[in-house]
Amino acid sequence: MGLSSPGKCCKAGGGLKIRFILIQNRAGKTRLAKWYMQFDDDEKQKLIEEVHAVVTVRDAKHTNFVEFRNFKIIYRRYAGLYFCICVDVNDNNLAYLEAIHNFVEVLNEYFHNVCELDLVFNFYKVYTVVDEMFLAGEIRETSQTKVLKQLLMLQSLE
Amino acid sequence: MPAVSKGDGMRGLAVFISDIRNCKSKEAEIKRINKELANIRSKFKGDKALDGYSKKKYVCKLLFIFLLGHDIDFGHMEAVNLLSSNRYTEKQIGYLFISVLVNSNSELIRLINNAIKNDLASRNPTFMGLALHCIANVGSREMAEAFAGEIPKILVAGDTMDSVKQSAALCLLRLYRTSPDLVPMGDWTSRVVHLLNDQHLGVVTAATSLITTLAQKNPEEFKTSVSLAVSRLSRIVTSASTDLQDYTYYFVPAPWLSVKLLRLLQCYPPPEDPAVRGRLTECLETILNKAQEPPKSKKVQHSNAKNAVLFEAISLIIHHDSEPNLLVRACNQLGQFLQHRETNLRYLALESMCTLASSEFSHEAVKTHIETVINALKTERDVSVRQRAVDLLYAMCDRSNAQQIVAEMLSYLETADYSIREEIVLKVAILAEKYAVDYTWYVDTILNLIRIAGDYVSEEVWYRVIQIVINRDDVQGYAAKTVFEALQAPACHENLVKVGGYILGEFGNLIAGDPRSSPLIQFNLLHSKFHLCSVPTRALLLSTYIKFVNLFPEVKTTIQDVLRSDSQLKNADVELQQRAVEYLRLSTVASTDILATVLEEMPPFPERESSILAKLKKKKGPNTVTDLEDAKRERSADVNGGPEPAPASAASTPSPSADLLGLGAAPPAPVGPPPSSGGLLVDVFSDSPSAVAPLAPGSEDNFARFVCKNNGVLFENQLLQIGLKSEFRQNLGRMFIFYGNKTSTQFLNFTPTLICSDDLQTNLSLQTKPVDPTVDGGAQVQQVVNIECVSDFTEAPVLNIQFRYGGTFQNVSVKLPITLNKFFQPTEMASQDFFQRWKQLSSPQQEVQNIFKAKHPMDTEITKAKIIGFGSALLEDVDPNPANFVGAGIIHTKTTQIGCLLRLEPNLQAQVRLLEEIVIYTQVVCLLWCHVCSKWSHLRSSHRCVHLCNLHHPAGT
Repeated sequence: MGLSSPGKCCKAGGGLKIRFILIQNRAGKTRLAKWYMQFDDDEKQKLIEEVHAVVTVRDAKHTNFVEFRNFKIIYRRYAGLYFCICVDVNDNNLAYLEAIHNFVEVLNEYFHNVCELDLVFNFYKVYTVVDEMFLAGEIRETSQTKVLKQLLMLQSLE
Repeated sequence: MPAVSKGDGMRGLAVFISDIRNCKSKEAEIKRINKELANIRSKFKGDKALDGYSKKKYVCKLLFIFLLGHDIDFGHMEAVNLLSSNRYTEKQIGYLFISVLVNSNSELIRLINNAIKNDLASRNPTFMGLALHCIANVGSREMAEAFAGEIPKILVAGDTMDSVKQSAALCLLRLYRTSPDLVPMGDWTSRVVHLLNDQHLGVVTAATSLITTLAQKNPEEFKTSVSLAVSRLSRIVTSASTDLQDYTYYFVPAPWLSVKLLRLLQCYPPPEDPAVRGRLTECLETILNKAQEPPKSKKVQHSNAKNAVLFEAISLIIHHDSEPNLLVRACNQLGQFLQHRETNLRYLALESMCTLASSEFSHEAVKTHIETVINALKTERDVSVRQRAVDLLYAMCDRSNAQQIVAEMLSYLETADYSIREEIVLKVAILAEKYAVDYTWYVDTILNLIRIAGDYVSEEVWYRVIQIVINRDDVQGYAAKTVFEALQAPACHENLVKVGGYILGEFGNLIAGDPRSSPLIQFNLLHSKFHLCSVPTRALLLSTYIKFVNLFPEVKTTIQDVLRSDSQLKNADVELQQRAVEYLRLSTVASTDILATVLEEMPPFPERESSILAKLKKKKGPNTVTDLEDAKRERSADVNGGPEPAPASAASTPSPSADLLGLGAAPPAPVGPPPSSGGLLVDVFSDSPSAVAPLAPGSEDNFARFVCKNNGVLFENQLLQIGLKSEFRQNLGRMFIFYGNKTSTQFLNFTPTLICSDDLQTNLSLQTKPVDPTVDGGAQVQQVVNIECVSDFTEAPVLNIQFRYGGTFQNVSVKLPITLNKFFQPTEMASQDFFQRWKQLSSPQQEVQNIFKAKHPMDTEITKAKIIGFGSALLEDVDPNPANFVGAGIIHTKTTQIGCLLRLEPNLQAQVRLLEEIVIYTQVVCLLWCHVCSKWSHLRSSHRCVHLCNLHHPAGT
């Protein structure tokens, strides 16, 4: 990473560690906020606003990565929604970029052409989807087939 | 696949959400929410027991309201009730509520843990999953205490379902992160490692994260994971794109698992077993080979997934740093990405190459891409990509390409984003210094920096160029010529005026032979900038002028006229006025010889690490903490054990920041005799020069005690007791000395005498009257000493008492505790002021730092009392670290006032205390201070202190 610590880069913190996942629309409304670190409510609100400010000013020619405080945000835009994952600076950018896409494809399948309103009205189910795919700040399951099968099984328990 | 309809199952919730969405204003929304809250509250309080469905619906509404940003202060109990429902959907809402609104209410925690315990024991995989997810999401210590023992069992049990194993692995990881002490290693660890072999790739994915985290803290225990990870990785990368079915993502087999395995391997050095090592090398080669194959899909998902693995493989190659072949291949691959049409890849390639540049095997290979990187600097649209290009240029720089890279960075600087200018300036300054073969190039580069980005050139940068010019006589003439030329520009940056003023003041004579840069022209050129500059720069220029008086006698009268003008002599700024007055006086009264001595060329600066480098490290954030620590240690070593300070020449220019406490009005300090070199502490407290009597035994200790107090018994033996009572105000003091005759016999010819060395006499004036020569048995006589502190002093006066007792002649000598700190006036200041001043006083001659071991634990109250007794104000709530003590005060002498800041940093664990003190201009206070500190820590080890001479480096540093 930085020029001041060349050579052996220590993977501090261990494994792939997600700090938080945010889904926001262009107006800055939060559609999902999943925190994997302890923040108090004010801090969460501040982070949400900062992420929105940082991400929405970037255009398609920019990278999908942006430095953020001591972390970095990996984000991807789908229609009017920004999916953002905050990770450590030395984490694998592309792995998270595709983790977002994988997640979106699952949502799309589960909600059948997902749109923003699905996330609003079914907010409590979105949490279940997240927990199937990401847990304790780590990638838990990557197989779309397996995740959807599990979600359908849970759906049948209603 | 059936789609989920809007809020199915909970119609009331969907209606409520719709209502909220239809609210036209914030007020309307709040009104609607309050109505709903009232409704829910009444339902919860109602006599009729709610069924599970209603409870779930209302709890879910509360959750929605909370997520909208409103406080929720009820409903927790209902949510907890839902946990014990037998219906999945009710349980799920209950757990979700708990996870989102974590509440440390102990009563609830007990109930929650109870419900979790039941679900974990239920053998129902769905319920177990919910319970595990709740633990993983909350991760509190209470939960760790309750379940850290249970979860490993679930994880390794033979009959646990795969999906539960996945959750259990990550749940355990979460508990280990929050409370590692509660997760004991045990038999389960070896079985967890074998999960790397599990058939279910989801289990392997989760387990790899757990193992990686555990392996970082317990590498020995998880060593076997290396070979298992390698063989798992090998099976993945050699599999056909369809082999892994569910786990193939856009034709890439298990990309996320591959990345995780590669990261796990980065916890370890290259495998020792040649077979494992060979297999890993094959894997890495295969990954590199695949990057060259034509893509199996045009979709970006395919290339991203493939490259995620590739970049992680390259990270591992760099981490091992042992296979030149792989390193060079990695470098070539990244080289291709540098020109890729995808911005993401160009960015990542630049970033990854930065670490590759520091490997000896690949440094040369990285260098071959210099043109591409320079091009990136010029053409990239995303500033973060350009930033990476700057980083990489910095990392790949060496003697062979320094001139090119520095030139490119300089030209980029003209258009660079404001956000990264300062960093680029620092990098250019460092590279220019580090790789300068020819110091004229260095001087040109720094002057260019000031020209292009003067506002971003920090003090460290221009201090440094001055240090280097002073220390290298081969570049001084060139530097003088160059600054002279640069100053000719109609508008030049103030930093250039500073550098120019300083350098011409020292070395203007080297170019004075040229009629185009005659002394008068030099002076006029500098003085033409004078009025546009800030006070510190003007102060510096005044010093340059007085230096000119010495260098060029022919301009003396011109300069005296300038100094004499009202705008100088009556300047509203105290510092400027003082300098003008002093310099004018100096130029008038001093002979040529004295001028030449006083205004002698600056002595070389001690060599040490560039402060610019330290600054850059500081800018680079948390991953460089160790570097910073090193730098700090280095600095303190410098201060304490540095080379002999340059001889203090008289008067000259106090540094602009010398006026520490902003009190101004400090009249010129008379130049005292130079402090004796070496062991000043010894000088202060060793035998007095008087040959009258050796100091009485034990008086040392008594003396030290009086540094922080004014009254008490100074000396006592079988015959005589000497007590003291004293008071001090500003630079004046009065001391009552009481001589008590402990015997029943008269003392005859009783003669106390105060002995001051010649040095001390000039700085400390003591007046007293003789006492009655006869002291009756059991009687006490009193003597008053009037004290005036004229200037700072180091020694203490000695009190010698001679008398006759029963026919024998008695002779006692004790040191009289009149120390400089007695003239301290405490000064209150706010945190901000304190640290601003503290930072201003960063030069070694202004700062003293001392580290010493405390034999006894420090008592906060005692320490506070000592600091107050020492005379400075104790500033509370100033230091962000509450364990530290800070103080501030002004020492009053007749001739000057000296501001002091001090800070004591106890390191309780190590029982080491770091004492930092900043002293303007005199070393005495710090010596006393060290002395005090060491005394109350009952420590007799030697102290290291620095001489605080050599005050007149205007460039600070």
